[in-house]
Amino acid sequence: MLRYTLLRIVGAIPTLLLVIALAFLMVHAAPGGPFDDERALPAEVEANIAAAYHLDEPLPKQFVRYVSGLLRGDLGPSYRYVDYSVNELIATAFPYSLRIGALAMALALLIGVSAGTLAALRQGTALDRVVMGFSMTGISIPVFVVAPVLVLLLAVKLQWLPAGWSETGGAGRYILPVVTLALPQIAYIARLTRASMIDVLGRDFIRTAHAQGLGTATIIRVHALKPAMLPVLSYMGPAIAAILTGSVVVEEIFGIPGLGQFFVRGALNRDYTLVLGIVVFYATLIIALNLVVDILYGAIDPRVRYR
Amino acid sequence: MSGNRTVKVTGTFLLAITVAALVGPWISPNDYVTTNLDQILVSPSVSGMHWFGTDGLGRDLFVRTMHGIRVTMLVAVVASLVSLVIGVAYGAIAGFVGGRVDAVMMRLVDTLYALPFIFFVILLMVVFERNFFLIFVAIGAINWLDMARIVRGQTLSLREREFVEAARLTGVSTARIVFRHIAPNLMGIVIVYVTLTIPQAILVESFLSFLGLGVQEPQTSLGALVDAGVNQMERASFALLIPATLLALILMCFNFLGDGLRDYFDARQSP
Amino acid sequence: MNTIRLIALLFLLALGAACGTDDDSAEPRDTLQRGIPTDPETLDQHKARTIQAADVQRDLGEGLVGYSAVGELVPAAATSWDVSEDGLTYTFHLREGAKWSNGDPVVAAHFVASVERLVDPDTAAFYAQFLSDIAAIEAADDLTLVMTLAQPTPYLLSLLTHPATFPIHTPSVKELGDGFARPGKLVSNGAYVLDAWIPGSVISLRRNEHYWNDASTSIDKVNYHVLVQDSSELNRYRAGQLHITSTVPPDSFAQVQAELGDQLHVAPYLGVYYYGFNLSKPPFKDNPGLRQALSMAIDREQLTAKVTGRGEVPAYSWVPPGTHDYEPPALSYSAMTQAERNQVARNLYKAAGYSDDNPLRFELRYNTSNTQGRVAAAIQNMWKEALGAEATLVNEEFQVLLSNIRGREITQVFRSSWIGDYNDAHTFLKILESDNPANSPGYASDEFDSLMQRAAEQTDLDARRLYLEEAERVMLADHPTIPIYFYLSRHLVSTEIEGWGDNVLDYHYSQHLSFKAAQ
Repeated sequence: MLRYTLLRIVGAIPTLLLVIALAFLMVHAAPGGPFDDERALPAEVEANIAAAYHLDEPLPKQFVRYVSGLLRGDLGPSYRYVDYSVNELIATAFPYSLRIGALAMALALLIGVSAGTLAALRQGTALDRVVMGFSMTGISIPVFVVAPVLVLLLAVKLQWLPAGWSETGGAGRYILPVVTLALPQIAYIARLTRASMIDVLGRDFIRTAHAQGLGTATIIRVHALKPAMLPVLSYMGPAIAAILTGSVVVEEIFGIPGLGQFFVRGALNRDYTLVLGIVVFYATLIIALNLVVDILYGAIDPRVRYR
Repeated sequence: MSGNRTVKVTGTFLLAITVAALVGPWISPNDYVTTNLDQILVSPSVSGMHWFGTDGLGRDLFVRTMHGIRVTMLVAVVASLVSLVIGVAYGAIAGFVGGRVDAVMMRLVDTLYALPFIFFVILLMVVFERNFFLIFVAIGAINWLDMARIVRGQTLSLREREFVEAARLTGVSTARIVFRHIAPNLMGIVIVYVTLTIPQAILVESFLSFLGLGVQEPQTSLGALVDAGVNQMERASFALLIPATLLALILMCFNFLGDGLRDYFDARQSP
Repeated sequence: MNTIRLIALLFLLALGAACGTDDDSAEPRDTLQRGIPTDPETLDQHKARTIQAADVQRDLGEGLVGYSAVGELVPAAATSWDVSEDGLTYTFHLREGAKWSNGDPVVAAHFVASVERLVDPDTAAFYAQFLSDIAAIEAADDLTLVMTLAQPTPYLLSLLTHPATFPIHTPSVKELGDGFARPGKLVSNGAYVLDAWIPGSVISLRRNEHYWNDASTSIDKVNYHVLVQDSSELNRYRAGQLHITSTVPPDSFAQVQAELGDQLHVAPYLGVYYYGFNLSKPPFKDNPGLRQALSMAIDREQLTAKVTGRGEVPAYSWVPPGTHDYEPPALSYSAMTQAERNQVARNLYKAAGYSDDNPLRFELRYNTSNTQGRVAAAIQNMWKEALGAEATLVNEEFQVLLSNIRGREITQVFRSSWIGDYNDAHTFLKILESDNPANSPGYASDEFDSLMQRAAEQTDLDARRLYLEEAERVMLADHPTIPIYFYLSRHLVSTEIEGWGDNVLDYHYSQHLSFKAAQ
């Protein structure tokens, strides 16, 4: 187990370096720099600023400088937010993305697994079709269509929920963003669970349990749920990535000061270090989370463990 | 079999939409560029000049929507083909060669699979300034991983089948085996996944349009129309509802179609 | 069993994390909630350059001179000033008893240090050229500041309201260096102190009790909410979470006017929206007739009435009307009907060698935004219909566009704008001087430059005005740019707020505002 973990970690490093190099090149290849403005700078001032941020050095040198900073855990200064370093910005913004993302994931699992199980138990009935129909709609309608419509209805017209993010809004302000973000994942997880549960319920050991007189609820709880969860578990990796992706849209729409919003703004403003910092941060996070998922998978499914 | 019926229904709908998108602009008296500042946000009327109404600049929404469908479908299909080519090539090679090469290639896929590609797409769009061609490439670059995995799995299992053994024994070259024997058997699975990749591509393109990074004015796509519609939501809800509904329907049809095709091919393959 | 427990546990944990760190209390009534479209890039007044930074800084700091709620110059850190006969020496008498937020007295040396830091090349300050006319500045004593100018600068007082000229607390800068402007560290001499700043979310200010005029500051706390999307800002206002918005979304304007008309404040704003030509390359190089044709073919009235739709004023001059002590001249065709303009434009177009068989083809660049796209598409159509000219639309991000404009290589016609830094025609005309870095079209006219120079030498205000107006007349005839419309400021101000004054610079100090007494 330990060896497996260590091997995976070591294996991830080259990928990480590749990701960083790629992002670095793309960001610096983009036309337009971070200091362009309508109020044009006189030439000497521009030169001074470029020197202060090492932008006048050749690209490879800048890259080496950046990576050595990374090794010290320093993601550099932000070009756009002059008073803040990238570390500070990420530290401020990440908790928002984390809370919304974690809530959405938990909600998606809760509802998705329940709905999928229900559909599997009632396979072929109207309930099954309804659940599957809803889940299909969840995948199909884009977030940036659903979100503004919901805001208009529930927040502005009915005033049931807050119109957007605010620092002191209480628990209510989470509802719309979390639900919007969770919707596509609920759909995917419901479908996965249904298919997997149908498969598991058809197996011999379940029939044995039936024959022994155990009730449906007990069978599911004790015997069927764990093996049925395996495909859902292996979907967790891409699910987390999907939630991160979705958070970019949701944060943009609801005005949540999370990492997704900072990323898009940073890309548009050519805030090189912020953009790179967020890419590095997310890449590390996801690789780590995937590792956790793999270990969990190994813990649940003994067949996988011994490689 | 319900699978078959789903395929028929969704397939017909998609075909109908495509035909409408191609033919529509011909039969309408309007074009998609001409602005008319006296006719801003006119409501739709089937008997009048503007069947779907007009947008914020007085342009006919029916023709613009049809154009939007064309662009959206084009981007989605081409992007899916790009990811198809990359994914199949990658997966087939990994699956067929096997061993260490396969392990390395799949490890790469596993790690890349988890990265938020949307970030790279945004960066790509920002770097290359919305070059129309690059939209396809960028979107295609996100989706090839799924394809690669599936194709590799299929190739692995096909490799062990008797007819491949026979071909090898009779001295047929590796390349020939891959192209003449393995590839045709991948068709089924590949078709299914292309149909499922298309909606993802459409969603990415819509999101890029929402950020303002999609197609350029006066060109439009369904995503761009929805974005414009969101801004007009209160004054003219039809400007949002029409493209949004069409977008949702197209996406649902592709999803259902993919599912139906998958059922169909599964049924064919099981013993 | 375990799996269900695990999931439930996850959910509860997440929920707990969400709720645990929140403050569920409703907003206290003594806090003003304002919207701001983006974060200031910094609150260091010398490194800042955006309007948003200046807005927040105006609440935090105070310069020698200030503005009243309706836009009149009033004494601020200086109680009075004397100007010498030749207009070159200004002596400011500082207010006695004025203090920084930590209790230290405000003295002349702080102003001197600020100007020195502003022009120091190591600071790389944006507005370094702002005070380029100041030849010398010194503190005669703690409360007397003497400025010597290179040229009579009639708009000096207006300049001195800008945050770049605010004093700095020298001990802070000495101790903290460039980090002196962070929350908790920033020592300010204005009505408010910086409490907290969560980037992307909110900037919180609280009352500065050491401010000399604290007794007349009514509101205790101010929150600037960073709301990038104007539609989000409008939603929050409607939901009662904001008292003041920074703008009104164009697509909702008509509705806002109908529903919230009594809270809507629209006022002329010192800014011009224009299309610029790249004068260093064909087809617009050395081709004033063609440029004029393109300008005349735009139906500004239709554009502002139907496309931008918020009541903007069509621009037939460069300097906006309402600028202090100035009568803008008008383009020769301002009084014609659009049909007449199109006729003349067509003739000019033909004279330049273009026709239906040989149409003019060029690129129009603008920054990515819904509104810009609509305007560009509308104008593209106008050019097509009136002249047959074919413009291709190219949209780019703001930074990219600026960089391209600066480069003068690939641009042909581009969208741009200029907001006045102070209330004087000079701020608009100076950017078309041939050596000014903000000269986007690359306009270089000896006649214009010399008229501007003559204006700068005048001590008599009327004479100066005449020179400036003549300079503008010359520039307009050359058509280096196409002025399209003049900006308006638009705000929604809640009926709970009193003291709001519309003014042409769109400065709204929080210290002038108060909550209406509860009924």
